[in-house]
Amino acid sequence: MRAVIAEDSVLLRVGLVKVVEMAGFEVAAEVGDAEGLLAAVEEHEPDLAVVDVRMPPGFTDEGVRAALSIRRSRPSTALLLLSQYVEERYAADLLAANTSGVGYLLKQRVADVEEFAEALRRVANGGTALDPQVVAQLLVRRPSDPLDRLTAREREVLALMAEGRSNAGIAAQLVVSESAVAKHINNILAKLDLPQADADHRRVLAVLRFLGL
Amino acid sequence: MKIVPRLRRTLTRLTRDTSFLALGVPLHLLMGFLLFNVFGLVWEIIGGGDSTAPVILGFAVALAALCVPALTWAQRWRFRQLLGIAVTDPGWRRPWRQIRYHCLAGVLFGGLEALVVGLLLAGAAAAPTSVWIYALPRPWRIDSTQAAYLSVAGLVVLTGVPALAAAVVRLESQVVPALLGRSREDDLAQRVEDLTESRAGAVDAADAERRRIERDLHDGAQQRLVSLALNLGIAKATLDLPPEAREVIDSAHRQAKEAIEELSDLVRGLHPSVLDELGLDAALSGLAARAPLPVRLRVDLPERVAPTVEAVAYFVVSEALTNVAKHAREATGADVTVALLGEMLRVVVEDDGLGGADPTGGSGLRGLTRRVRSVDGSLRLSSPVGGPTTMSVELPCVP
Repeated sequence: MRAVIAEDSVLLRVGLVKVVEMAGFEVAAEVGDAEGLLAAVEEHEPDLAVVDVRMPPGFTDEGVRAALSIRRSRPSTALLLLSQYVEERYAADLLAANTSGVGYLLKQRVADVEEFAEALRRVANGGTALDPQVVAQLLVRRPSDPLDRLTAREREVLALMAEGRSNAGIAAQLVVSESAVAKHINNILAKLDLPQADADHRRVLAVLRFLGL
Repeated sequence: MKIVPRLRRTLTRLTRDTSFLALGVPLHLLMGFLLFNVFGLVWEIIGGGDSTAPVILGFAVALAALCVPALTWAQRWRFRQLLGIAVTDPGWRRPWRQIRYHCLAGVLFGGLEALVVGLLLAGAAAAPTSVWIYALPRPWRIDSTQAAYLSVAGLVVLTGVPALAAAVVRLESQVVPALLGRSREDDLAQRVEDLTESRAGAVDAADAERRRIERDLHDGAQQRLVSLALNLGIAKATLDLPPEAREVIDSAHRQAKEAIEELSDLVRGLHPSVLDELGLDAALSGLAARAPLPVRLRVDLPERVAPTVEAVAYFVVSEALTNVAKHAREATGADVTVALLGEMLRVVVEDDGLGGADPTGGSGLRGLTRRVRSVDGSLRLSSPVGGPTTMSVELPCVP
């Protein structure tokens, strides 16, 4: 799979290229601003774009705007955004149309190389990777609702679901068995009054409700 | 005895004092003279006299009114030039102050000054009588005994005049600046204005400095640390190393990540960049999400407020949430509400703990109060036993 990297700090870009290659991608282009990113995506048609939110010339949200425009023009491109801080509005904008193939992580997470590589692969394969901080921040806004009926443990499980993890990943994170996770998820789905459709769809609905989107 | 230097000093002072007083006589008595005329004219009008009197009265009053600022200026000049005393400009905020001075105190001072100057002249004329009578034609000459009395009297007066002149000068220099100069009230008002301005400048400067440090850390050390941790992570993941080396790299990686966290915390405590770029709302949600207990955040801001106020509000919430996490007993959550009420930004942080917080204690709270007061805000902490603990802060902000 091919990837494009947009990051203005040269130092960090060099490291990012290494990790992205480590994760099994071929780096088609590395650029330092949003315009370069759009051109590179146009030219190389990559499977994944790793994008820094804050880039020249304005150093505000150039990366997010470029990502949204890629999402419209080439929806098949998976996007992983890296940010110095979390702004839940960006996350909401990115997730609004389509929750597959999207990631939003704090920049410092790249240091956990293996987890970051895993997140890259997950996003490129159509999954999601939300920083725990993003999830926590979206929760802060949530008005009172059926989520209040969830136990602390169920809430934890739901938060990990929202980050984009599988049952096995959640079980590993919480150090419980996979069947326990499945039980929690069933409880969550029941408490959130989600329709009896197929499990994956309900899972996505639960996450969306959780994030207040 | 060093009689000559002393005498010279006395003479210098006497010269200065008498010129000061002599100059004061016309400046002080001019208004008295005008007032005397005005009273005369009024008397004339009451008595039903001359029909031109009202016209002349009008002129006299207008002239007196015109004289007021000129006389004030002249008096200030006299004090500055001859005594080196700066009488503050009373300005026109309170014209009656000047008018009152020139019409009442000024006339009294003029009388005193005239008396001193008169005594000096009389003494100077009388002291040498015994000498100058011989220059007169014989029929006009008084006898030498009377002349001697006059000379002695003149010498006595002349001996006393320097002290008297000095006393009057001292009296004027103490009383006039207070009577004619800007009133204490106006002085204080001006001072408050100056202090408010300079304090706002200091607060803004401190804020700008925090922002600059944040930017420097963000563009420099933070990026470098992330890159360092990333490279250590890559080394750990890709290199086939002996266990000891692996352990060292592992520890270095962990420390680099901790350093990133610590630096981020530091930067957030200083002035987070999200505050500048996206405002209070976005910055607070980051803060609330990072709190170790669930926080519900409600922000109702139709527009952004002044950067300094935003920074203080952010700091308030940051400190309050830290306190809740650290001190609130059995708190399971907190509510943060930020709203703009007219020209007042209200920040309320409430937890559901057991209360009983000491509203006076803690350096954190003191620092918070100081920061709030630096922008003229107010802070109230209510923490009854049994809870809840509520901190409410109001920050004035001109939209």
